[in-house]
Amino acid sequence: MPENCIYIARSTAIAARALAGEMMVMNSADSTFFTLNEVATAIFQAADGRTPLREIVRDKICEQFDVDPEQAQKDAEQFVAELSSYGILLVSDQPLPAETPR
Amino acid sequence: MSLMSEVGQKAFNLGVPIAVHMDVTYRCNERCVHCYLDHDDHGELTTDEIKGALDQMAEAGVFFLTFSGGEVFLRRDFFELLEYARRLMFNVKIKTNAVMIHEEEARRIRELGVDTIQISVYSHRPEVHDAITKLPHSFERTVKAIRFLREQGLRVTIANVLMTANSSDHLGVQELAAELGVHYTLDPTITPMMDGDTSVLALRIPGEELPEVFQNPALVGNQEEFCAPPKAPSDEDLEGYSCSAGHSFCYISPYGDVFPCVQFPLPTGNIRQQKFLDIWNFSPQMNEVRSIQAKDLTVCSSCSHVSSCTRCPGLAYMEGSMRGPSSADCEKSFYRTGVPTANMLRQGLSKPRTTVPLIQIRPIAVPA
Repeated sequence: MPENCIYIARSTAIAARALAGEMMVMNSADSTFFTLNEVATAIFQAADGRTPLREIVRDKICEQFDVDPEQAQKDAEQFVAELSSYGILLVSDQPLPAETPR
Repeated sequence: MSLMSEVGQKAFNLGVPIAVHMDVTYRCNERCVHCYLDHDDHGELTTDEIKGALDQMAEAGVFFLTFSGGEVFLRRDFFELLEYARRLMFNVKIKTNAVMIHEEEARRIRELGVDTIQISVYSHRPEVHDAITKLPHSFERTVKAIRFLREQGLRVTIANVLMTANSSDHLGVQELAAELGVHYTLDPTITPMMDGDTSVLALRIPGEELPEVFQNPALVGNQEEFCAPPKAPSDEDLEGYSCSAGHSFCYISPYGDVFPCVQFPLPTGNIRQQKFLDIWNFSPQMNEVRSIQAKDLTVCSSCSHVSSCTRCPGLAYMEGSMRGPSSADCEKSFYRTGVPTANMLRQGLSKPRTTVPLIQIRPIAVPA
């Protein structure tokens, strides 16, 4: 899948809330619980299913956190793959539907 | 410390209301003999009012949301509220008797990503359970509902309130929980009715029977550790606080009244008149609750149990002072360890005397 075509959306099975700049995330399916650091939180919050990951990294990460774009993209892809393996994020090469539970 | 505990401590330190218990109705289809609620509707929050409160709670940082009652499914809009809450990404737990949950409801609960459903089961014997709920066939309906929920892969906890009528049944209920593949939790607390009627307290299991519960490893884990004599309190213990009530947790009644806890009937404000966060941040009552450290407690600060007691400030408040002792917890500490409490010693008692609570939650804002 080409990098610039990755779309990410939050799963409908999760609960999430920011606490002092860090995101708490729990998957109700298996009660796995995570806290995300500020950079990961910014990616998670921007995961609307419509904005390509590369655009999220450019607009939300590089701009706000002053990081190297290539490294940021690489880290973001690794983070997305990890959260996807836990069912927290959905990943597709097509835009995804909004993240509200049915 | 687990990640969850770390997050809870962080919310506590920051004063973020990370968890809220919200009763959406006091109406119920069961009439449990020990229930403390007035089941008449005195002007419940409307659908829009609850949605507005949920918006405010999400903004305030609430993550763990418990919907309870009364029986939540008696509200025709309950699934609408549940869907709205999940859209706001709360971690939702439902407390219910489950008699209105069938296959379709179980499927819908799973689709909405509810975390846990806690269900009251009083006995493994249908006749005992039904005699407590006063609803014929309620045991059969509740157990059937648990099976529907489990078929959907949902997490279920059986809550077993212990009283005189079912005091010998907790092992049977534990076996039933194991057979159904669900968690089990036991609660020996019986509280007076909302109108101040204390007759239900006669249903409490006598203190002398508590050691049997406290010495059961299946219920308390490491019994030796659980029943060990109290350690001398450290300075850190004396600087500590009783519990999360008012610090990172609060309770909202079906009428919009906000309290530090479901078991702490100190009115702090009403969400029909004030913003949730204004009540949380600025209510003098809420601030008083969160100011109390163990060293400020009138009797308990000098008690040998102060670092390990489950002292409930809400029960203490019901006895007359939120800084005073909670006799029900003195009783538990004594029967757990065999060591008398400061509250007992000052009264010259060789065994605890549970004081009758005087104050209960009442609606404080009934609309015209």
